[in-house]
Amino acid sequence: MDLIANLSLGFGVAFTPINLLYALIGCVLGTLVGVLPGIGPVATIAMLLPATYALPPVSALIMLAGIYYGAQYGGSTTAILVNLPGESSSVVTVIDGYQMARKGRAGPALAAAGLGSFFAGCVGTLILAAFAAPLTEVAFKFGPAEYFSLMVLGLIGAVVLASGSLIKAVCMILLGLLLGLVGTDVNSGVARFSFGVPELTDGIGFIVIAMGVFGYGEIIMNLGKDETDREVFTAKVTGLMPTREDFRNMIPAVLRGTALGSALGILPGGGALLSAFAAYTIEKKTKLRPGEVPFGQGNIRGVAAPESANNAGSQTSFIPLLTLGIPPNAVMALMVGAMTIHNIQPGPQVMTSNPELFWGLIASMWIGNAMLVILNLPLIGMWIKLLSVPYRWLFPAIVLFCAIGVYSTNNNTFDIWMVAIFGVIGYLFIKLGAEPAPLLLGFILGPMMEENLRRAMLLSRGDWSVFVTRPLSASLLAVAALLLVIVLLPAVKNKRKEAFVED
Amino acid sequence: MQIKSQKDFFSGLMFMAVGIAFAWGATTYKLGTGARMGPGYFPMLLGIMLAVLGTIETFKALVVEAVDGDKIGKWAWKPLFFIISANVIFGVCLGGLPSIGLKPMGLMLGIYALTFVASLAEKGMKIKPTFFLATFLAVLSYLAFVKLLRLQFPVWPAYFTA
Repeated sequence: MDLIANLSLGFGVAFTPINLLYALIGCVLGTLVGVLPGIGPVATIAMLLPATYALPPVSALIMLAGIYYGAQYGGSTTAILVNLPGESSSVVTVIDGYQMARKGRAGPALAAAGLGSFFAGCVGTLILAAFAAPLTEVAFKFGPAEYFSLMVLGLIGAVVLASGSLIKAVCMILLGLLLGLVGTDVNSGVARFSFGVPELTDGIGFIVIAMGVFGYGEIIMNLGKDETDREVFTAKVTGLMPTREDFRNMIPAVLRGTALGSALGILPGGGALLSAFAAYTIEKKTKLRPGEVPFGQGNIRGVAAPESANNAGSQTSFIPLLTLGIPPNAVMALMVGAMTIHNIQPGPQVMTSNPELFWGLIASMWIGNAMLVILNLPLIGMWIKLLSVPYRWLFPAIVLFCAIGVYSTNNNTFDIWMVAIFGVIGYLFIKLGAEPAPLLLGFILGPMMEENLRRAMLLSRGDWSVFVTRPLSASLLAVAALLLVIVLLPAVKNKRKEAFVED
Repeated sequence: MQIKSQKDFFSGLMFMAVGIAFAWGATTYKLGTGARMGPGYFPMLLGIMLAVLGTIETFKALVVEAVDGDKIGKWAWKPLFFIISANVIFGVCLGGLPSIGLKPMGLMLGIYALTFVASLAEKGMKIKPTFFLATFLAVLSYLAFVKLLRLQFPVWPAYFTA
């Protein structure tokens, strides 16, 4: 079978000592940023991108991927023990996880999160491996019109599913697209919006935007908040093993969470956060078994389901990236950047032109998940200690690593001035309640969208109807329109508001 | 007329202004036709869309009732100032300021400067722990970035090395 041959190729690549080492580094770093509140995978990956220049592309991607799914594991630890989401995707885990910890059942809660995540990670990886090949076939049928429509769908999907205010989110996308256009136009050679600054003719670096907006913006916001008292269960976590009763409750929840997470991860704008929300909502709707603890008071299902879902979602969100070259969320947008740095054009051709990279990355995810279970369960004590590190020690370090990362991308202080500007802009966005993730997506897709729009219009000789007369393109746009209509329906609108308020 | 949602009102204004700015800037480039788009076509299109949506957002903020005014709240001026300054000072240390003849001070001094300035962002900064933190970060960065990853930095002040 093809799949088995491919996977064995992948494992051959992933099991080399150097790649195992980078998978481990990625997982450790991922857990670290997951555990520490106030720093997310987007900022971390942006910080470490320059450090991967010297690495072979496979190792670099293995490490960066490890950070992303590792953060999903680490986030649950903080959620359960500190009542704070270490990662945005662990927001719902806080509800029941923390209550379990207060009742002295932190151990089983951590185990439920860890084991659930591991199972979901394995399933997600398998789905990724199985679906990648057929989807790639479809991608080869895509012309410029289809790609343009797909990107429209991706961007609309991203805001419809994952953001609070619709108009604002669309505005942020447009802003991102516009920022992406700064620099030399590839067709005419005209330097656009560069204000005569030579550095700007190369465009704004996406690391600069990611770091300024996600790194500095968030640090400033965190420091502006009043210090709240953290109640940390740093006391020994005893008895990791869940009881038989726990297992009986957990297993169906893990299965549901995994299924839901895998499906939602593929969607644009999906990924970890949305999956976790949806999984928790579904668990709450299912009937309680007799003698089960109600939700909100420490039900183990409330931990197992969202944690499985966010991990499954983070694996399957690699599917659109690897097969179509379209990033479905901000982290994947950074992965596009990482691939371009290493001269790999993300898209369907990766699988045929770089099979060892493609399958090596997939195989490494399975290995990484296995490492994470070990890192997060037996070694939990180490991470708990980390939680007692105060923020005043952390934030100067984050500022430093951001600055070093930005500087070393081009060995140029111009980028440091730019990140300062974007830090201020990022804080402004936070204050105005405008979410930055769609901006980053738009920024990455901007040049690609323009290029495909131009090509499609050139082929159709200026006829805009080409987007609706080609069946594939038309159906993609129809789905996008449908998504918009559904969200604007009053009934759904109110429901959606509730979902975003409830945390 | 009263502003019902401060956040939406001002973000709407921001989008409107930026959209108009981009669309206006796009007029300086060739627009071209639908079949042969010039460099100004796509930015013009996006700029207009952004300005229109920004306007809608602003009007919505004047009409639609929001929970307790959706206030922007206090600005954290102090962290904003010190975090951004720390970053800028670090940049000056690495690159120097050729316009006033200041040579690069290098990574090591830059780390100390950055740590101290950034720490001022939080109240109750203490000299000693900050000094320890800076030393720790300097040693760590030297080992990780300079020795292990071999990234290119001016490590020591140019006054000594040159």
